[in-house]
Amino acid sequence: MDETTVADMANGDGSRIKWKFLDRIVSRQGPFADPDNPIGEQALQMLSSVKVLVIGAGGLGCEILKNLALSGFTDIHVIDMDTIDVSNLNRQFLFRQADVGKHKAEVAARFVESRVRGVKITPYCGKIQDKDEDYYMQFAFVVCGLDSIEARRWINATLVGMVDEENPDSLKPLIDGGTEGFKGQSKVILPTMTSCIECQLDLHAPRAAVPLCTLATIPRQPQHCIEWAHIIAWDEERKDITLDNDDPEHITWLYQKALKRAEDFDIPGVTYSMTQGVVKNIIPAIASTNAIIAASCCNEAFKFATGSNPSLAYPPPDANNYMTYSGDDSIYTYTFTHEKKDDCPVCGNLAKTMEIDPSWTLQEFVESFAERPEAQLKKPSIRSEAKTLYMQSIASLEEQTRPNLAKKLSELVSDGEEIAVSDPALQISFKYKLVFKS
Amino acid sequence: MATTPPPLQGPTSKEKKYDRQLRLWGANGQAALEEAHILLINSGSGVVGIETLKNLVLPGAGNFTILDSAIVEEADLGVNFFLASDSLGKSRAEQCCELLKELNPDVDGHFSSEPIETFITKPDALDPYTLILATAPISPEILEIIIAHATETLTPLFYIHSVGFYSHFSVHLPHAFPVVDTHPDPVTISDLRLLNPWPALTQLVQEKTAHLEAMSDDDHGHVPYVLLLLHFLEKWKSAHDDKAPQNYKEKSEFREMVRAGTRTSNPEGGEENSEEAVAAVLKNLNPPELSSNVKEVFNSAECVGASPDSQNFWIIASAISSFHKNNKVLPLPGSVPDMKAKSNDYIALQNVYKTKAREDFAEVLSIVRDIEAALERTNPIDEKEVEAFCKGAAHIKLVRGKGMHIAKPGETIEWLDRAKFAFGSLTNPDSLIHIYIAFLAYDSFGAAHPADGLNGAALAPGTTDFEADTEKMVGMAQQIIDDIIKEAGKTMEDPEYTEVKEQSQKVVTELVRAGGGELHNISAFTGGTVAQEVIKVITKQYVPVDNCCMWDGVSSTISVLRL
Repeated sequence: MDETTVADMANGDGSRIKWKFLDRIVSRQGPFADPDNPIGEQALQMLSSVKVLVIGAGGLGCEILKNLALSGFTDIHVIDMDTIDVSNLNRQFLFRQADVGKHKAEVAARFVESRVRGVKITPYCGKIQDKDEDYYMQFAFVVCGLDSIEARRWINATLVGMVDEENPDSLKPLIDGGTEGFKGQSKVILPTMTSCIECQLDLHAPRAAVPLCTLATIPRQPQHCIEWAHIIAWDEERKDITLDNDDPEHITWLYQKALKRAEDFDIPGVTYSMTQGVVKNIIPAIASTNAIIAASCCNEAFKFATGSNPSLAYPPPDANNYMTYSGDDSIYTYTFTHEKKDDCPVCGNLAKTMEIDPSWTLQEFVESFAERPEAQLKKPSIRSEAKTLYMQSIASLEEQTRPNLAKKLSELVSDGEEIAVSDPALQISFKYKLVFKS
Repeated sequence: MATTPPPLQGPTSKEKKYDRQLRLWGANGQAALEEAHILLINSGSGVVGIETLKNLVLPGAGNFTILDSAIVEEADLGVNFFLASDSLGKSRAEQCCELLKELNPDVDGHFSSEPIETFITKPDALDPYTLILATAPISPEILEIIIAHATETLTPLFYIHSVGFYSHFSVHLPHAFPVVDTHPDPVTISDLRLLNPWPALTQLVQEKTAHLEAMSDDDHGHVPYVLLLLHFLEKWKSAHDDKAPQNYKEKSEFREMVRAGTRTSNPEGGEENSEEAVAAVLKNLNPPELSSNVKEVFNSAECVGASPDSQNFWIIASAISSFHKNNKVLPLPGSVPDMKAKSNDYIALQNVYKTKAREDFAEVLSIVRDIEAALERTNPIDEKEVEAFCKGAAHIKLVRGKGMHIAKPGETIEWLDRAKFAFGSLTNPDSLIHIYIAFLAYDSFGAAHPADGLNGAALAPGTTDFEADTEKMVGMAQQIIDDIIKEAGKTMEDPEYTEVKEQSQKVVTELVRAGGGELHNISAFTGGTVAQEVIKVITKQYVPVDNCCMWDGVSSTISVLRL
């Protein structure tokens, strides 16, 4: 970057009067700050010279963009593939009724730019997977406000993969937040140095799926009837139409199917709203929780960029790196060190030990990956040391390897053998050492 | 192909917009929110209050009013998102109000630029508001008037600080703030009453488990675990003097008895329903005991001596207390967790629980009506309110609102019955009481240094002289600490005493470092926490903070203390 002084850094009119409060705190030595950190102009220089990437322009993303702009960051990029829906308006405060249908990243960027003079926000309306390492390398750090665990895992693995020990600039801190109802968490990840998203995966175990036979033959709950309509009835009766969760006609059809089935079994409680909730896997979300978690993430970003106070994860590896927040019953936070796992498939170097029943078929084994809290893979492909056991991502290979599905694991692998598991949703491969249950 | 006709109960446009929050607080909570009128008394750099309002306007809190006499300055634009460059020189109340209103056309926003000093002198000035947010700095005299109003009219009041990396808020609730709908963890809510089965349940057990041995594998593997447990309990009791397992050892033995009933000769080599039964033994064989919260409600003066003008809550609590005396159990909530079972067996079991819950509710309702008649109350309580109370009876919560400290120069803060607790907190590393003390000193400093500018706005410590003000503030905080130790009737020796002083000095220095200015992130965070609390208080759902909440943006932790 050019030799610029803090005074003429892009603040619209070039003056820093607007940043009176922020400048004051950054130019005074704090009692908890590392005394080696620069204060004043040098710290502010950091703040306005770095490029920051925000992933997600939804509930958390809107807040994050506002907060970063008012933290003095001036060069912000934002990625989001979604368009605005009416149900976003109760919390995604950069959007109005008239914006429904437009791209979130674009509308959010323009709004914050117009409100906070001097900040430049560059939107990209698409998927994070469209971008390569060169793109991610330009940022000082990444702030994530996503509702999808797949996207989190993808960016996490990408940032871990980018770390080059010879080049300190290749280490991009990842600041990540998530919410559900009155609860949430935020954490700071220093790829390869502290616990990563994949190390933490079992903290976010998927809800146990209801067995298919329950849905098909012995439903007991209204949700079972809805899942039946969703998974079974639709395929039987409307095979040629792709189910669109956002099409009210489709939801209505599922609702009526589920209602009829519930009546047949005397099960009370199926509603349209519940149908929508089950089919779209809706997580309750409110403005205030998003505000809390996004502000916590941006506070860490601000501390990290200015050195004005220690951020989470500093100094690695022992510092606290994870905060959980719960507002249901009074308010509790738990701030702790989540430890890096040596057998993490992304940032560790050991194969994870997995106990298996050798009498399982490969089919059963493949299906079990979706529900394993530490794996959560929906379309796994599996290779042993010797050969490809099952490959789902390429049709011809799928056909070739399909006969293996019926075979017992004991026929395919030996006790103690290592396997590699991959999934099209993630660009990494998981290593497991299989140990036979006796 | 014909399209599906729209459902009769399809969502309205409002339900669509508020879908994600209605899944939390429901239509009742939403209605309460829409009836609210929130007053924000805004002071200082003025961001935390506006961020709070943002989080209340979005979910549709009906009305808000901003009272703020400040004129928008350049420094506001670097910290407040609800001002634009063309707001400069205009009323901050008006500008924030306009930009907040854009967020939700269903919300009515109002503002006044009148200084609080004159506003507050008008009689009835605070009467229109159902909840008050006041942000520091406020002069102690005015804060006293606001607190007196809140106490007298039972209006919830929040007093908020956000300075640099620290924030704090105190909640002032009515003396009795009961919550019925506390949204407990779903895992904890089902009451299966296994130790006190009623005839209809016992009969279902006999019907469904009389021929366990003769059942096909499929039938045997689908007997609902609740029925299995009750079946084995009968067996146990007949061998144990008609007594259920009494202690951990007996419960473990009983669990082995249940486990032994598992059929393993089937192709799966085990049974899911049996596994569920085994797992449920320790959780569900405890004699029905009231939680401390429920006991507190039953024993409180308002419950024991309900009067004609008691809140509905106390009349119902009193009825449920009688029900409990008569039956030794709380009314059955009636919900049954999902379990491995065939559809019709599960529904039959569910109906037995639901029927019993309805009977219990009817009994409670008739006690309520008796109390109403005895007290000559004219407006009968809505049945739905009684029913909701019966469902949530085990998890009700009573918050006893209390006053808040007002820091005045030269006056000693009184800790009363909280002195010993405050003393203990001084040395507790997880407690953020030092932030609370620093803010008391902050208020006292401000009250002693009214600036000569408009409206007597207080001068924040550290505005110009970081070192001199820090020294003064450290001394003030030290005095508060010494007063706590004295009032608690304790002493503190070194090295503890020095450690406490050092910790306090660091926290005070961090606070003074900001010179009274807000950091946007800290105010946005605090605006989120306060808004959550406001929603809890207005909807009377979930459990609110009791009564002080401190946020430390340095270490990223919160501490809630009753002070």
